[in-house]
Amino acid sequence: MKLAYWMYAGPAHIGTLRISSSFKNVHAIMHAPIGDDYFNVMRSMLERDRDFTPVTISSVDRTVLARGSQEKVVNNITRKDVEERPDLVVLTPTCTSSILQEDLQNFVERAQMDAKSDVMLADVNHYRVNELQAADRTLEQIVQFYIAKARKRGELSEGKTEKPSVNIIGITSLGFHNHHDCTELKRLMTDLGIEVNEIIPEGASVENLKNLPRAWFNLVPYREVGLMAARYLEAEFGTPYVDITPMGVVETARCIRKIQTVLNAQGVDVNYEDFVENQTLHVSQAAWFSRSIDCQNLTGKKAVVFGDNTHAAAMTKILAREMGIHVVLAGTYCKYDEQWFREQVSEYCDEVLISDDNGAIADAIARIEPSAIFGTQMERHVGKRLSIPCGVIAAPVHIQDFPIGYKPFVGYEGTNQIADLVYNSFTLGMEDHLLEIFGGHDTKEVITKGVSADSDLNWSKDGLAELNKIPGFVRGKVKRNTEKFARERDISQITAEVLYAAKEAVGA
Amino acid sequence: MTLADTPPQALDFECETGNYHTFCPISCVAWLYQKIEDSFFLVIGTKTCGYFLQNAMGVMIFAEPRYAMAELEEGDISAQLNDYEELKRLCLQIKRDRNPSVIVWIGTCTTEIIKMDLEGLAPQLEAEIGIPIVTARANGLDYAFTQGEDTVLAAMAHRCPTRAPEAEAEKEERNAIAKLLNFGRKQEEVIAEASEYADHPPLVMFGSLPDPVVTQLTLELKRQGIKVSGWLPSKRYTELPVIAQDYYVCGVNPFLSRTASTLMRRRKCKLIGAPFPIGPDGTRAWLEKICSVFGIEPQGLEEREAKIWAALEDYLQLIRGKSVYFMGDNLLEVSLARFLVRCGMVVPEIGIPYMDKRYQGAELALLEKTCHEMGVPTPKIIEKPDNYNQIQRIKASQPDLVITGMAHANPLEARGINTKWSVEFTFAQIHGFTNARDILELVTRPLRRNTSLKDLGWDKLVKEEAIV
Repeated sequence: MKLAYWMYAGPAHIGTLRISSSFKNVHAIMHAPIGDDYFNVMRSMLERDRDFTPVTISSVDRTVLARGSQEKVVNNITRKDVEERPDLVVLTPTCTSSILQEDLQNFVERAQMDAKSDVMLADVNHYRVNELQAADRTLEQIVQFYIAKARKRGELSEGKTEKPSVNIIGITSLGFHNHHDCTELKRLMTDLGIEVNEIIPEGASVENLKNLPRAWFNLVPYREVGLMAARYLEAEFGTPYVDITPMGVVETARCIRKIQTVLNAQGVDVNYEDFVENQTLHVSQAAWFSRSIDCQNLTGKKAVVFGDNTHAAAMTKILAREMGIHVVLAGTYCKYDEQWFREQVSEYCDEVLISDDNGAIADAIARIEPSAIFGTQMERHVGKRLSIPCGVIAAPVHIQDFPIGYKPFVGYEGTNQIADLVYNSFTLGMEDHLLEIFGGHDTKEVITKGVSADSDLNWSKDGLAELNKIPGFVRGKVKRNTEKFARERDISQITAEVLYAAKEAVGA
Repeated sequence: MTLADTPPQALDFECETGNYHTFCPISCVAWLYQKIEDSFFLVIGTKTCGYFLQNAMGVMIFAEPRYAMAELEEGDISAQLNDYEELKRLCLQIKRDRNPSVIVWIGTCTTEIIKMDLEGLAPQLEAEIGIPIVTARANGLDYAFTQGEDTVLAAMAHRCPTRAPEAEAEKEERNAIAKLLNFGRKQEEVIAEASEYADHPPLVMFGSLPDPVVTQLTLELKRQGIKVSGWLPSKRYTELPVIAQDYYVCGVNPFLSRTASTLMRRRKCKLIGAPFPIGPDGTRAWLEKICSVFGIEPQGLEEREAKIWAALEDYLQLIRGKSVYFMGDNLLEVSLARFLVRCGMVVPEIGIPYMDKRYQGAELALLEKTCHEMGVPTPKIIEKPDNYNQIQRIKASQPDLVITGMAHANPLEARGINTKWSVEFTFAQIHGFTNARDILELVTRPLRRNTSLKDLGWDKLVKEEAIV
């Protein structure tokens, strides 16, 4: 047992659901107790999805505990098959079904006999993997499944596309700024003259998975999700993959050069050097920003970075290499992929922290006292407590991290967005210090409204006690309304009863 | 809808498949830890439970909450680790860091399935570490959302003293200042008491409400000369009310049936079965019922109710004649529907996770009566609803407002159907005369918002769905 207040990565089934619900027309059925479909709320709230989340519970209740699921799961699958006509139903195990040890594979096989849709059991173990690992595995599993199916039917697309083309692998629902990143990657590929063959899983149809082998290479923008599928495609079809995250000016150039190598190895003759130089010096503003006197002021400022592998590693490199900021500590909660992270950031920071304990990172921040933090929502709150500004760079995130405006983190527009994020975090910090030195805004006295605090009215002890229970930001209004109410009625002593009578009268 | 000439019908109960969305009952820790100030809630479960809590509680998680997960690992599931030793280690850590007056263990689905004997372990550990441990099985196998509070309060009911406690030395020291203040207050009350209250047997209320609402309801009863001797739960665990045989008890929320039966069967109390004080009609009926049990003639309630209704007129104009559909997830549905029928709305269907016809008997009777008096058909009450079927019915009947969970709200709005998020009714102050306006503030909000957007032609924001 572990005492835990907070977790960075969710349980395994969340990863599976993120993949299945990213595809078009794929329905997930969770073998879980009532209340475990919180995923639907997150998708509906955070992503503001207009459609019903294609996730249903086959509920585990007392009857199931006593007699086993028997027909229940099978019936739920075949029912959903008729109601929604999905292409694929993914039966999703949860922590509860893991310990019930029912033969879910058997349910899948029985349901498959009746269902028109394909039925599959997500191969994830709740107690061994987290959300991110499960997402990676589920994506691979679905790709494998449809490649095998197409091969069996002789429908597998043979040969490459005429022009160089790419599959973008790993764009998911509830992924941090994934939609914007996807648009930016498509734009980048167009600029490079590369056709986009398929994007998976977001918005893809499982019917199109048979076309995956047609791409000349696969691009995996995020470390956490997509690598397993890319490796499988490499093993199966020899399709090379590029797994350099194009985040930051230097890494974007490195990614593009790798793409160049991969394509040239297949007999095309492309040279992207001019494109990279033009983008770096004239289109993206980030390189110029690094040179400008604004960024000079950031030199040597201390920062702490924490997040998932992809974003924490990329941010560490951007801050240290592109902006001259002193990254005291870089950390990740992806403990299972620790070695990769260390290799990526070791030369760019003083210390590395690998932990999924939010207390450990909070203590480190308090000890280091950086000028800015780049982390998850958790670090933002730590920053609030310690009065240190924080830029949010990775999940877990809140609804404000699903902006409706265009805010990619990858590609050349991504470099602009990141420059803004970094600069805004630091200047806010500086402003704060200046205010402290000069004792706050000098207009403070003037803007305070002249509401007389003195009154001829008497507040009784219980009246005051009730007043103090009212949240601070409306207390003044309630007090004024109550006193007005009392004055109009010639009440001299304000008790709790008077306070509530006033509320009833004016709806305050 | 004018259906004044339809003959009176009895309520129609149905039960569907139970494929519905609701919050897991462990969510009750979110409001209970804030209500019981000296408590610590330990949820013994998996990452799934923790993920739900941290997401559902939103920003509250960052305020150093007095709750935590005892996250079960593979070794716990396969019994390679000793449950008792593990829990002891965590509880000692909690004692060291927070020193609470009570630790509440929340059992989850996982502890049920692996049959961890929490009720058996608690007394042993309690004796060993010297902090009371209350066990509540608030799991998704058996319960929905607000029923979590019911399981906790039912467990707490066992801990209420049978007579005024003699404070133990250590606790006294810790609460010295609070004690001092209480002492002063109590003396004042004692002086006032004799004249203000009628002579009636002790009455204890049950149900967790925000402190201002507790004050409001206590004052309402005081106006009728009724004294509330205690409230389960109280602000602090150390101040749990005295409950002795033949005390009267009365619930303030519709989801407290286990607590009610525990108080009746185990503590030998007499339950006052009344409608719940939600809406001015409910509040009046609740007060009248309590008065009638004590043989007190209620004073001025009719005028008081009329005054509240008059103050609501601006909101009533917005909803009169409109229909409202409850998908069902928090067990407040019957009381809210009854209030909204009285407001002039039509309710075709009330979805509800669980229906205790005995505990909610008075409320159901009032609903039926209200429907007849308002001349509207009685709603169909659907226990364990099936959300998929409900959405088909909503699409067919196009109600003016759907009260639903967040999983369905945005998709329905995108299809041009007004929704109100049901969870807000659980966290808003909705009890008593004073807060009737707050209920209507919530109910009318989508209607008011959508009126201001009406002329933009942005009703349906999804492409037509293909009809299969």
